[in-house]
Amino acid sequence: MDFKLNDEQRMLEETVGRLVRDAYGFETREKNRNSALGFSTEMWQQLAELGLLGVPFSEELGGFNGGGQELMVVVEGFGRALLLEPYLATVVLSGTVIDRLGSDEQKAQLLGSIIGGEQRFALAAYEGQAFYDHTQVTTRAVANADGYLLNGSKAVVLHGDSADQLVVIARTSGDDGDAAGLTAFVVAADAAGVSRRGYPTVDGLRAAEISFDNVQLAAAARLGDEGAALPALEAAIERGIVALCAEACGAMEVACDQTLEYIKERQQFGVAIGRFQALQHRMVDMRMALEKARSMTILAACSLELPAAERQRRLAAAKLIIGKTGRLVSEEAIQLHGGMGMMDETAVSHYAKRLVMIDHQLGDQQYHLQRLSALLAVDDDVA
Amino acid sequence: MDLEYTAEELAFRDEVRAFLREQLPATIAAKIKHNRRLTKDEHVLWQKRLHQRGWAAVHWPTEHGGTGWGPIERHIFDEECAAHHAPPMLPFGVSMVAPVIIKFGTEQQKQQYLPDILASNVWWCQGYSEPGAGSDLAGVKTRAVRDGDHYVVNGQKTWTTLGQHADMIFCLVRTDPNAKKQEGISFLLIDMNTPGITVRPLITLDGEHEVNEVFFDDVRVPVANLVGEENKGWTCAKYLLTYERTGIAGVGQTKSLLSHLKTVASEQIVNGRPLIEEPLFRARLADAEAELMALEMTNLRTVSAAADGGVPGAESSFLKIMGTVLRQEITDLFRRAAGPYAMPFLSEGDDAVGPEFAGAVANRYFNYRKLSIYGGSNEIQRNIIAKAILGL
Ligand SMILES: Cc1cc2nc3c(=O)[nH]c(=O)nc-3n(C[C@H](O)[C@H](O)[C@H](O)COP(=O)(O)OP(=O)(O)OC[C@H]3O[C@@H](n4cnc5c(N)ncnc54)[C@H](O)[C@@H]3O)c2cc1C
Ligand SMILES: Cc1cc2nc3c(=O)[nH]c(=O)nc-3n(C[C@H](O)[C@H](O)[C@H](O)COP(=O)(O)OP(=O)(O)OC[C@H]3O[C@@H](n4cnc5c(N)ncnc54)[C@H](O)[C@@H]3O)c2cc1C
Repeated sequence: MDFKLNDEQRMLEETVGRLVRDAYGFETREKNRNSALGFSTEMWQQLAELGLLGVPFSEELGGFNGGGQELMVVVEGFGRALLLEPYLATVVLSGTVIDRLGSDEQKAQLLGSIIGGEQRFALAAYEGQAFYDHTQVTTRAVANADGYLLNGSKAVVLHGDSADQLVVIARTSGDDGDAAGLTAFVVAADAAGVSRRGYPTVDGLRAAEISFDNVQLAAAARLGDEGAALPALEAAIERGIVALCAEACGAMEVACDQTLEYIKERQQFGVAIGRFQALQHRMVDMRMALEKARSMTILAACSLELPAAERQRRLAAAKLIIGKTGRLVSEEAIQLHGGMGMMDETAVSHYAKRLVMIDHQLGDQQYHLQRLSALLAVDDDVA
Repeated sequence: MDLEYTAEELAFRDEVRAFLREQLPATIAAKIKHNRRLTKDEHVLWQKRLHQRGWAAVHWPTEHGGTGWGPIERHIFDEECAAHHAPPMLPFGVSMVAPVIIKFGTEQQKQQYLPDILASNVWWCQGYSEPGAGSDLAGVKTRAVRDGDHYVVNGQKTWTTLGQHADMIFCLVRTDPNAKKQEGISFLLIDMNTPGITVRPLITLDGEHEVNEVFFDDVRVPVANLVGEENKGWTCAKYLLTYERTGIAGVGQTKSLLSHLKTVASEQIVNGRPLIEEPLFRARLADAEAELMALEMTNLRTVSAAADGGVPGAESSFLKIMGTVLRQEITDLFRRAAGPYAMPFLSEGDDAVGPEFAGAVANRYFNYRKLSIYGGSNEIQRNIIAKAILGL
């Protein structure tokens, strides 16, 4: 076994580290968060220029040909800075579906526009009544003379308000919950019949409710074969889980560091509050949570290419641990900061919010506990 | 022992219910139920209705207009109010400063302040904490220097809840900088309209304006506004804190929250069946229910044991910890019940996104982190228990 990053991964890590250090201080982040778009298009261009928008895509397309580990390294850096830009929505989620399903031509065009920073995408997969179940799809695409007619609606579409294009998962056959019958389409966000209601999310990102009312799609809008989108959607979710785990690690690391710094400095009763054993042990538990989270993130990042059963087990376990440790670190970070931890002006409160909201994306700890329970293997004793 | 209510207690409960049904405006109840903020006028309106019924000050002595209720009646009242989604009582006047005035104030102060507190004519806020004095309250630095018939006050208070609405603030101020920490502090009542006071909003992590910074710049306060003796304010401060901690268990509110959560979980359909049937979620609900029973019994045992209508001592620290941890757990479950719809951040007036209950669940979850921080943090409560009860 070898836990070291290779040279290329280290280079990626340094690139991201330098970028967020130089261009993404907390004040800049707050300024961008409060802007109309909710993030900075300049930053997006910088990500493109540094090649970061191409990390998971093949070199022929202009990408970096990275896998789970490269994704982890990059997104962990974003997590440290609480990056607001739609990397998860565009590169990780939408990009993976396009990469898995698109024709060579679609990939060249669509992924090319992602890598170059020209277009931003959002994955419109989950629906209002579906909670975290991505197979509960009632949005329908019905074939007609010109292609398909799309009707339905999607819930809490991450960065759906500002995306240029939507990757929409719709049912072309079958019933709610069926694995077969899901098809992916690329839909221009400003197409006739698409309406979007954008809003900020609790953690300072953006999302949208999106509905499709007789949206006419060309046949060429379809990605891959009819009814066969599920494996690609699941690959996107799995990559997304790796990204969320890595982001959480970055955010937890900063939340732990800031809390440690605070309890070393904050004086009450004539001493730094970090002198109280009651807080020392809590701080230790936070650090332990971070170590656990990091271990599971590495495990998840290295498991994306494994056979389905083992891969799913590890990803569910990773997201479960991230949910639990994220809550612990958030709540303790606020508590140890006392009143300051409750303030909007205190950076740590924003780390806490992002960490808790990560649990609401791509399945929360309970959802993944349930998945893991279903996959629980009883191994025979090794005699 | 008999854990059932007596006939009189049941009759009292019916009386409270009838009053709530008749007097509590539906618009206000709906706001409380969905965790929306009340306006100042709505708070005051409800306090005044309670006052008209003689129920504004549940734990004051009857001679000053209190109810004279025992612990069981107070418990029933608290529970019914919460179940009907009545606004929580604002503690600063009725529960905090008034008991101090009753115990330590002059006759003149009692006449001047108590009737207006009872009738909710004057809005009070609490000026204890400072940037350097939170858990270590005796570290207050705000100075009050005697100048003839006045004190001249300089300094800063912080995290002053709803101070933006307040007419009066009660403060801990340092009157003797040379004395030992606790011994140079005085308890002062200050009119918020006095020149030299500036109130600046602080925004909490849920985006709300609930707390403030209050600055004092050569603020002249009549010596007549001193409660108790000069430099003996710590006695008042500690006495007030014991009152701050009555009702701290929040049993009524917790019951109401849990019951709302169960309704919500029955209505939320996940994978084609109600969320409440989902085994993991249901197990956590059941666990919360058992914790609530334990909290309620502990609360009743504690308040009943407190001598003749007085307040519990260090035992209230148990209630503070148990009550806050449980309410925080329930707000976590609410957020989970909303699933991805916990994410939208909507301000008041925005149309809901997703199920109606979901709008405020994440905000409340984050806002309720305060429960284990203010009023003496849970760590401080554990220190109190360790020292006062366990003798460590
Ligand atoms: C089954 C068993 C087998 C053992 N085998 C061996 C052996 O083979 N050889 C050998 O030499 N010893 C052995 N030990 C002894 C073992 O190492 C001691 O029990 C251990 O070091 C704890 O010391 P103590 O029992 O005196 O507890 P104490 O040191 O008195 O501690 C009591 C409690 O106080 C806590 N505590 C102590 N100091 C602090 C502090 N500064 N901060 C916070 N909490 C504190 C402890 O964590 C513990 O909970 C064994 C013990 C057991 C139970
Ligand atoms: C929403 C909100 C509303 C408030 N409203 C008011 C108000 O109206 N009026 C008012 O006067 N104040 C108010 N406060 C202030 C509140 O009382 C203080 O925040 C509280 O006393 C904690 O002080 P601190 O924030 O300075 O934290 P600190 O005292 O700095 O504590 C930071 C952390 O250290 C821990 N700690 C401190 N000392 C010890 C110790 N000895 N042992 C172990 N752990 C310790 C604390 O528990 C906490 O976890 C409010 C606070 C909040 C968040």
